[in-house]
Amino acid sequence: MAEEVILLDYWASPFGTRVRIALAEKGIKYEYKEENLDEKSKLLLEANPVYKQIPVLIHNGKVVCESTIILEYIDEVWKDKSPLLPCHPYERAQARFWADYIDKKIYSNSVKLLRSKGEEQETAKKDWIECFKALEGELGEKPYFGGQSLGIVDVGLVPFYLWFNTFETLANFSMGTECPKIVDWGKRCMDNDSVSKTLQDEHKIHEILVEYM
Amino acid sequence: MAEEVILLDFWPSPFGMRVRIALAEKGIKYEYKEENFDNKSQLLLKANPVHKQIPVLIHNGKAVCESTIILEYIDEVWKHKSPLLPSDAYERAHARFWADYVDKKIYSNGRKLLMSKGEEQETAKKDWIECFKVLEGELKDKPYFAGQSLGLVDVGLIPFYLWFHTVETLANFSMEAECPKIVGWAKRCMDNDSVSNTLPDYHKVHEFLLGLKKKFGVK
Repeated sequence: MAEEVILLDYWASPFGTRVRIALAEKGIKYEYKEENLDEKSKLLLEANPVYKQIPVLIHNGKVVCESTIILEYIDEVWKDKSPLLPCHPYERAQARFWADYIDKKIYSNSVKLLRSKGEEQETAKKDWIECFKALEGELGEKPYFGGQSLGIVDVGLVPFYLWFNTFETLANFSMGTECPKIVDWGKRCMDNDSVSKTLQDEHKIHEILVEYM
Repeated sequence: MAEEVILLDFWPSPFGMRVRIALAEKGIKYEYKEENFDNKSQLLLKANPVHKQIPVLIHNGKAVCESTIILEYIDEVWKHKSPLLPSDAYERAHARFWADYVDKKIYSNGRKLLMSKGEEQETAKKDWIECFKVLEGELKDKPYFAGQSLGLVDVGLIPFYLWFHTVETLANFSMEAECPKIVGWAKRCMDNDSVSNTLPDYHKVHEFLLGLKKKFGVK
């Protein structure tokens, strides 16, 4: 049966970007449908009635929602190429832990940093940096969180690499100074076509983030 | 190699209960270590330096944190008995989605309801009921979320059954009236030894929750 893969997405979403990177890593052909978040399509509302959010993957008519869950699904279905999770249960649990850490911390701290001012922003900045320092601890000396190649944590985190410049300017700090390993890791990720060809232009992301302030 | 399984936990924690139920389902022998929240052990702080929270499963010296992640780990390691997840990739994604929904919604809504009063509590009550109605929609006419036996979503959700009495009393409503299918499902879960032998008595949980409300709730 011919595979039909559709992705409902929004170009600037870091969560959608994760799925696009994973699909590129696995070499999966798919149809991309851009959603207008102010006027969500009937397809989106029917596919994801619980959250009404992108990304949504529709594979042969079956719907999968929530980006990290979609990544695991992609990894399980297209398992013969570029594994995103390791085989060993303990290593898998560790990868899931850090993917969950990113899901819990990075987006919400980002929004706080973006929208606050003065002392509140200083606190948000400290929290943001603290999260990335914790991630540096996990990365250690490995080239990627996944080891020698991109894994679920790398794919989950790298879309936020495009946000660094905006936050550095906004809150007057340097990720290169605070978290040099993470910056190097970000650049290393960009050496992968699946990342560099998927990640948006940084300036366009900056414009969108500025709108959210 | 003999298996060494240790669970760092706190008796009223719904997240800890999930892990206890899963271990019981799989027939896994383990050492239970009760943590004191006001005085966390060196072992806990070392095993979970990131969140410093229970539950933590320590299997042959290796620490696994976050209850839903622990459930998947248990399911992958002890895979020959009582599977918590189905084998089909789509069904697995579906189960993970609903386990994640429970994680995102139930605790936070329950806590809001517990700690608030007046209009804020009314809103929290509506949200709590709404979440369970959505879950009823997912359960449909299946005996369990996973089908014919307990699965990831059932194990993830059932500890919150112990909160029903408390939320009903505080916010003056009946789960039986609002979400009869969920109450039917919960009673069915209690027919399983792994659940009924694991879950603490709901009166004790009720006292504990009222104690939390007194300490941290809106005055």
